[in-house]
Amino acid sequence: MNPFTYARATDPQQAVAAIEASPQAKFLGGGTNLIDLMKMGVEVPSQLIDISRLPLAQVEELPDGKGVRIGALARNSNVAEHPLITQRYPVLSQAFLGGASPQLRNMATVGGNLLQRTRCYYFCDPAFPQCNKRKAGSGCGALDGFNRIHAILGQSEQCIATNPSDMCVALAALDAVVRVQGPKGEREIAIGDFHRLPGNTPNVDTNLQANELIIAVDLPPMPFAVRSHYLKMRDRASYAFALVSVAVVLDVGPDGKIKDARIALGGVAHKPWRAPEAEKALVGKTADERSFTAAAQAALAGAKARKHNKFKIELAKRTIIRALSTVAAMPS
Amino acid sequence: MQFDRKLINFSFYSRRRWIIYPRAMEDETFESIFGGLPQGGTEADIDHHLLFGNPATRRAFLRQIAGTGAALAIGPQLLGLRDVGAAVSPSETPAIGALDVRLKINGAEFPLQQLDPRVTLLDALRERLNLTGSKKGCDHGQCGACTVLVNGRRVNSCLMLAASVEGDEITTIEGLAQGDQLHPLQEAFIEHDGFQCGYCTPGQICSGVALLREGHAKTDEEIREWMSGNLCRCGAYVNIVAAIRAARDNPATAARA
Repeated sequence: MNPFTYARATDPQQAVAAIEASPQAKFLGGGTNLIDLMKMGVEVPSQLIDISRLPLAQVEELPDGKGVRIGALARNSNVAEHPLITQRYPVLSQAFLGGASPQLRNMATVGGNLLQRTRCYYFCDPAFPQCNKRKAGSGCGALDGFNRIHAILGQSEQCIATNPSDMCVALAALDAVVRVQGPKGEREIAIGDFHRLPGNTPNVDTNLQANELIIAVDLPPMPFAVRSHYLKMRDRASYAFALVSVAVVLDVGPDGKIKDARIALGGVAHKPWRAPEAEKALVGKTADERSFTAAAQAALAGAKARKHNKFKIELAKRTIIRALSTVAAMPS
Repeated sequence: MQFDRKLINFSFYSRRRWIIYPRAMEDETFESIFGGLPQGGTEADIDHHLLFGNPATRRAFLRQIAGTGAALAIGPQLLGLRDVGAAVSPSETPAIGALDVRLKINGAEFPLQQLDPRVTLLDALRERLNLTGSKKGCDHGQCGACTVLVNGRRVNSCLMLAASVEGDEITTIEGLAQGDQLHPLQEAFIEHDGFQCGYCTPGQICSGVALLREGHAKTDEEIREWMSGNLCRCGAYVNIVAAIRAARDNPATAARA
């Protein structure tokens, strides 16, 4: 690990001022991703500004029925088991519990989860000389390397890494809003605009600025999200990153017709992948396997595989169909 | 000098089964290796000494065997020998950003002066405080061998900076027993043979203690899912689940929660 200095932030404003004064610094939340990458030599901050004790860990109801606010420093385990989340947004609770291990969930924060870096082998190990994300312009080792876990949607010739988060997939389906604080005050970033596609700048994961601190994630009210589901496919039954995952929210009327739908995919792209074409294909249709299959086809219509990840296209389709079927079978 | 294979387990604990005698004791006595017998000098005292007691002596023992073929045969990395010298006499060059940190571990305060901010909680426990019960497996939060409790919650101490847990209540495997009375889950691991090599065991037990408090041990399936952060390369999972199930059903466990 590179040498660094350590300081505890006293309040959010002070934390923002500290990172502005020291551009090579990083905020330390739960540390589960950052410390790991520092051990690997991928992250080399000059200073760690420990924000883990700032009072930003509440999960609370917003006034006037405006939804639920999750503090950026709430731990994954606490959010997963919070009644406001388990009752109103079960897909998010399931996504949290599908990720990592109980120990890591006790440490990892919501803000940190938004900033999780890819698990691409070529990124995580500096022994690989090529990685445009780690070192701009160095090339991509995954393009013609071992790319079994890599992207099938939205990738570029510069980068085919995937976003590893489970939480973010559920947030994408729930139209979450990320609240950030900068030197000039707060601003909101829609979850769909928070993460970026790789394009020609895969070294930039998100649209968060270097001098901004994530302070909360807002979940807008979505009453029909009580019927929602997160389905994660992975190489072992637990404690593994998703090969493919699907977050589904479905509003089915008493006539069996779909009134509204939200579908987001994980493990397939550089960002949590919302599938509006699939959602559109569902609205007005009967909630049955035929329409679910059509939606799955629509979601993966633009998918492109490389040598080792072709299986993901079919796996993603089947995962969508199964997730939709699971929600459709839930009592309304 | 040859050692019983189970030597590598000796920072774990058991009263009877796990007494680890180097075969060399035929010509080299316990006293000659450890520089004296623990109080009483009975088999039970030696065991207790090895398993619970004076970790400084254990590390001294490691240092002593470090130069022998036996250490190489066992695997220097597994024993942490590479770091033993540094543990006893930390580098005299002050680290960048060195800071004084007080850790509260198992109810006691431990001042750490001029701590390099890079030191993880796991390394502070093992290399600075000689609390070697917590194990370094992968050092990347993937295996769970380093699991300890911070404010009652299980965490991976390898991914936590020591400086960041100042003021928190830290409980390690060494702090679960009350005197000679093992925690009911420790007893259950012995009773149900919840280990083979024992390296993952302190992490398994710390994780299991938290699991029982969380109430995530209602079924075997639930135990398996909620223990998924602790890997056991020997594959003792069946017996680990049995031990946790037994501790769950033991009224003494609730009394200790």
